[in-house]
Amino acid sequence: MRRKRRGSELQSPGALPLTPQRLSPLSPIVRIGRAFLGLILLLGADRLSSSTTKGSRSSEGVVDLVLVGVVLVLAVVSWYVTTWRIDGDTLQVATGLIRRNTVRVPLARVQAVDLVEPLIARVLGLAEVRVRTAGGSGGDARLQYLKLEEAKWVRASLLAMAHGLPDTTPPPPERTLFQVSNGLLVGSIFLTGTTIGALLPLGLVVGLVVTGTVAPAALGVAGGTLVLDIFAIVARMVRRVAEEWGFEVAEAPDGLRIRSGFASRMAETIPYGRVQAVRMLEPLLWRQFGWCRLELHLAGSVGHERNQPRGAIRRALLPVGSRAEAEWLLGRIVAEHKVSLTSPPGRAIVRAPLSYHFLAAGRNESCAVSVSGRVRRLTEWVPLGKVQSIRYGQGPFQRLLDLASVHLDVAGRRTSVRWWHREASEADELMNVLPVECRTARERDALFSHRAMAHATVVPPSALVPPAVDPPSSHRPSAPLVAPTPGPPPPARSAPLSPSPARGRATPPPSRTELSPRPGSAQSPPSPEPPHSPTPPDSQSPQTA
Amino acid sequence: MRRLEIALGTLVIALAVLGPVLSAGEPLQIIVYAGLALLCALGEVVAGRRYRSWGYCERSRDLLVRRGVLIRRLTVVPYGRMQLVDVTAGAAERAFGLATIKLHTAASATDARIPGLRPDEATRLRDQLAALGEAQAAGV
Repeated sequence: MRRKRRGSELQSPGALPLTPQRLSPLSPIVRIGRAFLGLILLLGADRLSSSTTKGSRSSEGVVDLVLVGVVLVLAVVSWYVTTWRIDGDTLQVATGLIRRNTVRVPLARVQAVDLVEPLIARVLGLAEVRVRTAGGSGGDARLQYLKLEEAKWVRASLLAMAHGLPDTTPPPPERTLFQVSNGLLVGSIFLTGTTIGALLPLGLVVGLVVTGTVAPAALGVAGGTLVLDIFAIVARMVRRVAEEWGFEVAEAPDGLRIRSGFASRMAETIPYGRVQAVRMLEPLLWRQFGWCRLELHLAGSVGHERNQPRGAIRRALLPVGSRAEAEWLLGRIVAEHKVSLTSPPGRAIVRAPLSYHFLAAGRNESCAVSVSGRVRRLTEWVPLGKVQSIRYGQGPFQRLLDLASVHLDVAGRRTSVRWWHREASEADELMNVLPVECRTARERDALFSHRAMAHATVVPPSALVPPAVDPPSSHRPSAPLVAPTPGPPPPARSAPLSPSPARGRATPPPSRTELSPRPGSAQSPPSPEPPHSPTPPDSQSPQTA
Repeated sequence: MRRLEIALGTLVIALAVLGPVLSAGEPLQIIVYAGLALLCALGEVVAGRRYRSWGYCERSRDLLVRRGVLIRRLTVVPYGRMQLVDVTAGAAERAFGLATIKLHTAASATDARIPGLRPDEATRLRDQLAALGEAQAAGV
């Protein structure tokens, strides 16, 4: 892992620089690219207007040149003073001429490493490597910009180091899972509620005019706002199409690779273990075609990327696809996503007359699922190991009907699996069982990632292979091969608690012995907490202050 | 815990009771004052129930917080999931020597808040939670 000092040029792929290293010399052009274009447009407009007033042309030309020059010099200086290097287990990006600013990212904390190629960068063959951490906007390290080839192996090396492997590990092979056809994408986006929202008033207005109820002249202002409105909606649709154009999901041992983008491409890696929740959206108009959309929730703060307000927290995994595709993809992310769902009792229809027919929820030992929404059906999966808090709520109507709701919150805003309007006794039972189950799941996850780390250091990097589509559990001893992933879920998570005797036997003794010294005493909680052992919420005796 | 509310309630009651005594006269006024007094007494009862509805319980692996009369809520926060513990004391709270503890997890929906603690208890709880949170920390 430690490498001897190398020169200013990085030739051999595979080794990350230990000495401060500059970014690509072309990067100033990309960085000011947009501002530059804007400036030229501004100046051009200025020139046009000034030519009518016949001002002194020469002095203005000088001013323009100076402005352009200043921007260029600033960009070059900014490039000149920006360096990056690997220091031990951290990535350091230092920048700033007068006020030095260094971002240190511990590689063990890396959530994902993305490759971003804005349009101008793509033209120049450059790419940005963006190292994402779980924290807010301050936690991200960006290498703007590297040559595309260089960026690719820097990404691979960083990811390898993040998993505790030497940085010379070749990028693990990946397997394309599927691609989304662009025609389907455009069609599906056209069939969303916003389009209908735009077309409805348009149709109304046209209808009014045609039938002669309203004179066309009277439509002045209303028509203007309408046009603006439609323009905005179209712009949004175009943006979404551009973002999700050429959508491709691939599977690699270190996570799912998602590539998309029309003008500016983006390639992200989403480690399996970092997914907080998955949700499936089925808007009303899509249901006739059996389409749905899958989204992932990742740890991270909302609005942490300026260009993509919600990008950081919610990622499309499948912009549009059939239910079967979605189910299959889901299986790669959530262990045992098949959950038998139950509906609230019939009297809940009094409390939730509109959504009652769609409400359902359920859980197994590794995840919880809930379905809600009438117009836009929403199905959410939450791995129990990611649950942040559990809430129980009972409103006055619910109490009259002897109902109660239970929410499982995960990181992020308004993301939770909800048991809406269940039998009060069932909700009480959930409140007793869920904390223990969540803790068990959490410890299982932690145990697995520890073990993965332990193995990862032993495994020869060349042994890295992508996990087979459905690895039989008898391959358990070869699990270290895929160990650097925080969990290709199916075999790994289910093994310790597997109910089926066949699978349980397939688990080799080592993992059993490793299980015992861990705080895995979750199944026997009564002893450490005698006074307040889980009791129904109503009968417990909390100490009031 | 919610002495604040009760105190306010009693204050208004006292005023209401004093009112008719001082201005004793027109029956209409007396009725109005009696109504007010009744309202205040009701408020007092509600405040008392609200006060009693708040509760928390430190279990070995998680914290339970209970609250609400009309809408009953119970929140379970595992110590390992706590991101930070806030202790705040507003002006009114300080006047009565109280403090509020708020727990934050990575989920913004978590609403574990324990109001009206005595400062020493608040400090103890804060330290305890911080220590437990660190001991059982489990990333995101």
